[in-house]
Amino acid sequence: MTTGVADIDAGAGPAARGGSKTMGWRDRLPVLVLFMPPALVLFTVFVILPMGEAAWYSLYNWNGYGLPTQFVGLRNFEVLFSRPAFLQSMINCGLIILVSLTIQLPLALWLATLVSNRIRGAVTFRLIFFMPYVLADVAAGLIWRFVYDGDYGLFGAIGRVFGIEHLFLLADKDTAIYALLAVIVWKYFGFHMMLFIAGMQAIDRDLLEAAEIDGASRWQKFRFITLPLLGSTLRLSVFFVIVGSLQLFDIVMPLTGGGPSDTTQTLVSFLYTFGVMRMQVGFGSAVGVVLFVLSVVLAFSYKRIFMRND
Amino acid sequence: MTEAAVDRYESTQTASERRPGFVVQLYIYAALFIVSAIILIPLITTALGGFKTLGDLRTNPFGLPREWNWSNYAEIFFSFRYWQLLWNSLFIAVLTVVLTVIISATAAYVFAHVRFFGSGFLLNYLLVGLMFPTATAILPLFLKIRDLGILNTHWGVILPQVAFHIGMAVLLFRNYFRNMPSELFEAAFIDGCGYIRFFWHVTLPLSRPILATVGIITFVQSWNNYLLPLIFLNSESLYPWPLGMMVYRGEFGTDWHLILAFITLTILPTIIVFFLAQKHVVAGLTAGALKG
Repeated sequence: MTTGVADIDAGAGPAARGGSKTMGWRDRLPVLVLFMPPALVLFTVFVILPMGEAAWYSLYNWNGYGLPTQFVGLRNFEVLFSRPAFLQSMINCGLIILVSLTIQLPLALWLATLVSNRIRGAVTFRLIFFMPYVLADVAAGLIWRFVYDGDYGLFGAIGRVFGIEHLFLLADKDTAIYALLAVIVWKYFGFHMMLFIAGMQAIDRDLLEAAEIDGASRWQKFRFITLPLLGSTLRLSVFFVIVGSLQLFDIVMPLTGGGPSDTTQTLVSFLYTFGVMRMQVGFGSAVGVVLFVLSVVLAFSYKRIFMRND
Repeated sequence: MTEAAVDRYESTQTASERRPGFVVQLYIYAALFIVSAIILIPLITTALGGFKTLGDLRTNPFGLPREWNWSNYAEIFFSFRYWQLLWNSLFIAVLTVVLTVIISATAAYVFAHVRFFGSGFLLNYLLVGLMFPTATAILPLFLKIRDLGILNTHWGVILPQVAFHIGMAVLLFRNYFRNMPSELFEAAFIDGCGYIRFFWHVTLPLSRPILATVGIITFVQSWNNYLLPLIFLNSESLYPWPLGMMVYRGEFGTDWHLILAFITLTILPTIIVFFLAQKHVVAGLTAGALKG
């Protein structure tokens, strides 16, 4: 899942217009019949049909065996929105977006400007910062589970220095979500940093040189040249933050599994815990439908409002 | 990932022509070393922890092992289980990549070069998948996989993975194919070369960079995938490594010295490949995001 809906102009490219003049139906048919169906069939069977079925099943109380017969109307949605754990998972989703926007992206931007300087080892630093992004979320989560461990982990040792035995941040209702947020920043800032570096490389160097000759400071160059010209990259980054927060799951499982007492549930971990684990097909599908609507509405309106000209 | 992207990635001269002054350099290096430490300390202590005994880990999680204890690593490295996990992941990832590339490149080729009624609609249809997470319809998908009889098989993971990559891959391929010079087509078609031959003999050989981009994105996502195998696979002999890692952790509870050795060995292939093919991995993952 790289981006949302892209701007697509209907029809084929300029090349086709040039070439297709000489190609009639007889020439086009084999390629159409051979090349189109695999993608369409696979996509329909495994992506579109399940989505439609989710909307259908969400109106039933069903354990997945036989046919769904126990129609309950919108009851699943009512139950869903009255569950504190679900509301918590929505709040957490918002919190993840908030922290990403206020801490992760500024950090990534700051580091992008630092490693873009002409200094020794710049490429090595970039690689180090990008490494967590390449690791599987599950691996990163389990590594941090160790780091946070109050008996054997790094935080345990730090706690003991301050006289706190068994410091388990992940087991404490008040701190678990912040511990999780820290890991998210650790894991993903490198990706955004790379996007910013790519964006900064597209900036015309003459502009910066001209500013330098005019005596602009580092901050002024950043504030008045780099930042404004980085607009489209920044908007793309924010888009990834929103999309990513909605599908966060892998990293939660090894760290907290959504606990303690559902304080660190994300939308998908909630779906997994209450829908999949208990084989509540109707209820789980209702969660899926809400997730779908949220994703589409957020992605669509964000693209419409902020990324119109990109 | 064009060659230009790789070259740009190599160049470090972006913000400024001049080397920064001494004080500024000091500030930059201080910041970079601190952040690097935050990134690396968890990874290094994990790797070192695998050499420790549990008691050593408890009293000394940060430092070097008091005694280098190779048995944790050796036991895992020479176990059938470890290699089976890696093999399963590799099998799933390779098939996912191959199928995604074949299916998406052919469809994208049609969207890029063949005019037909409804092509705009069908393209948008495939791109709908980019808008919502895989997890949204996971329960109906589970039932579908079950009813197709591929639950608890690798195909039950591979096919949905391919389906979910189609949108991204078609978009990247189509944009790339469209930018090929139209003279190529005119010349080839006048010479009587059909669409399919043209695809095979001209388009594909000219598309190495975008094939690499799509391949890398798909491979990394499949290699790291956790959700689909978690729900669609039951037999431990079929598990890919992220799932196997969680099972191992469940089995050994707080025997962190063993778990750390296991984590280190299972992420080792990722880290090795990352450093060997760093340019391509970084450029592939970011360029894919930027173009998509």
